[in-house]
Amino acid sequence: MKQFKNFTMNFGPQHPAAHGVLRLVLQMDGEVIKDADPHIGLLHRATEKLAESKPYNQSIGYMDRLDYVSMMCNEHAYVLAIEKLLNIDIPDRAKYIRVMFDEITRILNHLLWLGAHALDIGAMSVFLYSFREREDLMDCYEAVSGTRMHATYYRPGGVSRDLPENMPKYEKSTLRDKSELKDLNYNREGSLLDFLEDFVSRFPECINEYEDLLTDNRIWKQRTVGIGVVEPERALELGFTGPMLRGSGIAWDLRKKQPYEVYNKLKFDIPIGKTGDSYDRYLVRIEELKQSNKIIKQCIDWLKNNPGPIMVDDAKVTPPNRETMKEDMEALIHHFKTFTEGYCTPEGETYTAIEAPKGEFGIYLISDGANKPYRLKIRAPGFSHLSALNEMCKNHMLSDVVTIIGTQDIVFGEIDR
Amino acid sequence: MQDIISKYITEPYDLNLDSDITTLKVNKKSLLKVMMVLKSHDAFSFTQLSDLCAIDYSMYGESEWETNEATSTGYNRGIKPKSHGRIKFGDNIKNKDRTSRFCVVYHLLSIKKNFRIRIKVYLDNDDVVIPSVVDLWPAANWYEREAFDLFGILFKGHPDLRRILTDYGFIGHPFRKDFPLIGNTQIRYDPTLKKIIYEPVDIEPRVLVPKVIREKKE
Repeated sequence: MKQFKNFTMNFGPQHPAAHGVLRLVLQMDGEVIKDADPHIGLLHRATEKLAESKPYNQSIGYMDRLDYVSMMCNEHAYVLAIEKLLNIDIPDRAKYIRVMFDEITRILNHLLWLGAHALDIGAMSVFLYSFREREDLMDCYEAVSGTRMHATYYRPGGVSRDLPENMPKYEKSTLRDKSELKDLNYNREGSLLDFLEDFVSRFPECINEYEDLLTDNRIWKQRTVGIGVVEPERALELGFTGPMLRGSGIAWDLRKKQPYEVYNKLKFDIPIGKTGDSYDRYLVRIEELKQSNKIIKQCIDWLKNNPGPIMVDDAKVTPPNRETMKEDMEALIHHFKTFTEGYCTPEGETYTAIEAPKGEFGIYLISDGANKPYRLKIRAPGFSHLSALNEMCKNHMLSDVVTIIGTQDIVFGEIDR
Repeated sequence: MQDIISKYITEPYDLNLDSDITTLKVNKKSLLKVMMVLKSHDAFSFTQLSDLCAIDYSMYGESEWETNEATSTGYNRGIKPKSHGRIKFGDNIKNKDRTSRFCVVYHLLSIKKNFRIRIKVYLDNDDVVIPSVVDLWPAANWYEREAFDLFGILFKGHPDLRRILTDYGFIGHPFRKDFPLIGNTQIRYDPTLKKIIYEPVDIEPRVLVPKVIREKKE
C-alpha cells in the first residue's frame, strides 16, 4: 500500500486573514490540521527595552502602538502602574474620563474585531457597518487628543486636558451643499459629551443591525458553532483572559473582581458563554458592546454634572498650566524639569493589570529610584491566546484556522511588542 | 494569606508583604515543589499563570548623572557610558559585582480566592538553568521561550526551547543590560549582490535624557 506523509504548508506572513504578520507552519493531513506552529516576532520593536532608556512619560506613546486597536486601554495600564509607584490618587473627574474612554476603546476594538472577523469568514457588509460607527468614536479621540488613533491622552496624574466644549464640525467644501453640511453636523452643535450622548442613544440600534446580519445567519453559524472549543479548566491553565475566558463560561472580569478607577460605582453586567466555541465568544463580545454603551451613558451623566480638575496638583509629576508658567519662575522651572529629566519614582515594583478589550493587560514595572523604569514587562493578553492556537486548531479544517485566528482577536502590536 | 503560606509551604522561602502583591522569594531547588502546592492545594488554587518574565539586575541602582554635587568637569558628569542606550557592541561595561544577576518572576492568579502572588527566583551568575513549569501551566510555554530568547535563561524540561521574538539566526540575548540598544547588525538589500545582506550597525548610540536617581527630600 502507498504511504502518505503529512503535507507542510506555510500560512502567512503576508496573508490577509493572518491579521498582521503571523507566520503559521501547518502540518496537514489532507485538509485537516495536525499541527500548527506560529512563528511570531516579525513586528518585534523591543518596546520594553526602549522604555528602559527613556523617562516615564516619554513611553506613553509606545503603549498606544502595542495593541493598536485598543490604544487608550494600554496607556491606562501603564499610567496606573506609574501612579501606584508614585503613590498618588487622581481627581474623580479624571477617573470618569478614563473609564469613559476605556469603554469607547472597548467598542472601537470590538467593532474592528467584528468587522474583520466577519470579513475573514466571508461576510462583507458587517465590516462596512462597523466602520461607520468607529468613525464617530475616532472623532471623539481626535476631539480630546488631536489624533485619531495614537492618542497619548492619559498621563500619570490624570488626563492631558479636559473634554472640549465644542465638538469639531465638518467644514464647507465644494463637494457638499448647505443641507448636506447641516445633516453631517446635526449632532456636533454642542460639546463632546452631547455628541457622545447622541451616539449612545443611536448605538443599540446599530448593534441590532450587526446582529440581524450575523446572529441567526446560517453560514455564520456553520462557520463558528463548535469551532475552537475550549473547556473552562483548560482555558484557565492556558492563561486565557477576557472574552476568551468568559466565552468558556468563567465569569472573570477585572472591572468587577479587582475594580480600578470608578468601576465599582458603575452598573454593568458580565456576559458569559456556555460552550466555549467561537460562536459563544462572538455573543459575549456583542453583549460587551451593549454593556460598554451603558457604562459610557453613566459616565456622561456624571461628567456633565461634575466639573473639576483633571490632573493632580503636584508640580513634581504634572506640568504647570501655560498661564502660570508665563508669570511664575517656580512653575517655569518645574515645566523645564518635567519635560527634560522627568520625575523619579521611589524604588519598588508593581504588577498592575486592567481589563483591556482583549483580556488582562498587565504592566510589571520595576523602579530602582530613577527617572526611567528599570524593567518594564508587558503582559499582553494576545500572547497567551496565540500560544494556544495549536491546541485550538488541531483536527480542524484549514479554513477553520481563519475562524480561530479571528475569534482570538489577534493583534500583533501587543504580541510581538 | 501569610498564615496559609506558613502553614502549607514547607520549603524555605522569604516573604515580602511591602510590595503591591505578596511576594515570595524561593530558591531554585524548591521551586517546583512550591509551585505544585500553590497550584493544586485548595487553600491557594493558583490555577492561572498570568505572567512569567526574567530580569537582569546587573545595572540596578546605577545612575549616569551625579545629582548630589556638581563636579569641576561640569557637563561631563552626565555622560558616563553606563546604560544599554549608550554602548556599542563589544564595549565592556563594568557591572557591580552581583552574586545573582538574573531573576525569574512568576505572577500567579487564583480566580477562586481572587488573589495574586508573585514568586521570585534569583539565579547564580554562572548557572542560568531553572526548572520549567510548563507541566503545571501550559501557558508558561511561550513565556519561557521568550525569557530564553531575550535573556538566555535555560528552562530545564521545556519541550521546545526555541527563540520566539527575535529573527531567525539571531545572535545574543537582546534584553540583557549589556546588549546595546542599537543592536549589532542591520540588514539591507544590496543591489549589486541582488540579495539581502547583514552588516554591522552604522547608527551611533544616543540617549537624550541621562538616568538620574534622586533621593526624595524629606
